[in-house]
Amino acid sequence: MIEVKELRKAFGPIVAVDGISFRADLGDVLGFLGPNGAGKSTTMKMLSCFLAPDGGTAGIVGHDVVAEPVAVRRNIGYLAENAPAYDEMTTEAFLRFVCEARGITRRKRAEAMERIVESCAVASVLHQPIGTLSKGYRRRVGLAQALIHDPSVLILDEPTDGLDPNQKYEVRQLIKKLSKDKCIVVSTHILEEVDAICTRMIIIDRGRIRVDSTPNKLREEIGGNLDAIFRKLTTNSDEPSVAGGVK
Amino acid sequence: MRGFISVFKRELRSYFSTPLAYVFLVVFLLASGFMVFQKNFFEMRQASMWVFFDGMPLLFIFLVPALAMRLWAEERRTNTIELLFSLPITPAQAALGKFLACWTVLALALALTWPMVATVCYLGDPDWGPIVTGYLGSFLLAGAYLAIGSFFSCLTRNQVIAFVLAVAGCAFFLSAGSPSVMNYLAGTLPAGMVEVVEVLSFKSRFESFQRGVVELRDVAFFVLLTAGWLWASVVAIGERRAAG
Repeated sequence: MIEVKELRKAFGPIVAVDGISFRADLGDVLGFLGPNGAGKSTTMKMLSCFLAPDGGTAGIVGHDVVAEPVAVRRNIGYLAENAPAYDEMTTEAFLRFVCEARGITRRKRAEAMERIVESCAVASVLHQPIGTLSKGYRRRVGLAQALIHDPSVLILDEPTDGLDPNQKYEVRQLIKKLSKDKCIVVSTHILEEVDAICTRMIIIDRGRIRVDSTPNKLREEIGGNLDAIFRKLTTNSDEPSVAGGVK
Repeated sequence: MRGFISVFKRELRSYFSTPLAYVFLVVFLLASGFMVFQKNFFEMRQASMWVFFDGMPLLFIFLVPALAMRLWAEERRTNTIELLFSLPITPAQAALGKFLACWTVLALALALTWPMVATVCYLGDPDWGPIVTGYLGSFLLAGAYLAIGSFFSCLTRNQVIAFVLAVAGCAFFLSAGSPSVMNYLAGTLPAGMVEVVEVLSFKSRFESFQRGVVELRDVAFFVLLTAGWLWASVVAIGERRAAG
């Protein structure tokens, strides 16, 4: 469902993503790991058609991100870093706007709202402006926005960053629940998260893929816990790890 | 179309769910009223709105960029632009939706100056032609300023920079035809260039609306100019997005 070939993106002299290729299918929860500035967010921005790649191709459900951006956006749910949302809108107005923009008809809208309010647990903040919400609720509203049209591909950029342990647990449960009939890509730098929810993991560092495997296989092959593996893979180079972090 | 309507509705609602629209309307109405009465409106003993429309180009030069500066700069600063473009909306739909929502607020501001019309009617028997065309000219002028402001708002995430550039851009078009500027340019630019600058002037075209003359080429000028700057905004959004 997601097919990425030799994807490349540079910001001036800084190469953020340097020819990465991978694929993900239905039922996959692909963990995207890497130190800060490794190119995770840039890759996700290209998958969601926000950034245009400099080279290579990426296809989502058969649509190319460069040639058919609108078709791609129709098929994905995207939660950007820090869950951006219009602060002055109430949760309800915001979700209604997303429904409208996504062309969910009035009749289906009530149904979709009801489903999403329940699964993302945002009922208590429905009439509150988003700017006044706590980090946890803000993130949930972001998830609700990404899920409201029931997309087949979900791209979540650090969905649990900054949440407390309870909220992290809830978000992970939600992702697990959703994973059966979707293809999900989750970026994170929290390793326990990978163990908790991911069926596959990719470790990316300085714009290149270092590992494309499963958590269990990796432990068998290299040995030790994931933390040690992660450190070994992302620091064993002669140059210091200061790849450009790009917002 | 769907993308355009949803953006238009969201934008329009956001003006009124924040103090923005109310502050703008109050300041606009106070300032336009002040400009009229400061010019001895009653002592002139004329049932005309000439002095009212006379203040519009200068008033709009600050108020329209103030409204336009947030259009894209704010989306970029709060990163909601990434959310907006994860929805199936094209840059052209978004730019047009935002522009028209803002233009609607400006149209409302103009409509709320009706007590001025009522006053003139009460005091005398005005010639309706210049009043109607004056409003039309003001509306078109506001649209042109707004399109300029929208373009500069695309270029930066800093609203102050967007505002200053937009005021400068609007000021260029407004002052292009004025005698002092033309005299200065005549001494520095080649003759052909001076003519081009003169053609771009807002002032002379707005004055013909003020006099009650609607010429197709004046209307076309404003419409084309507005469309041009809007198109530039769409291109700028795409370019800036690709650059991160």
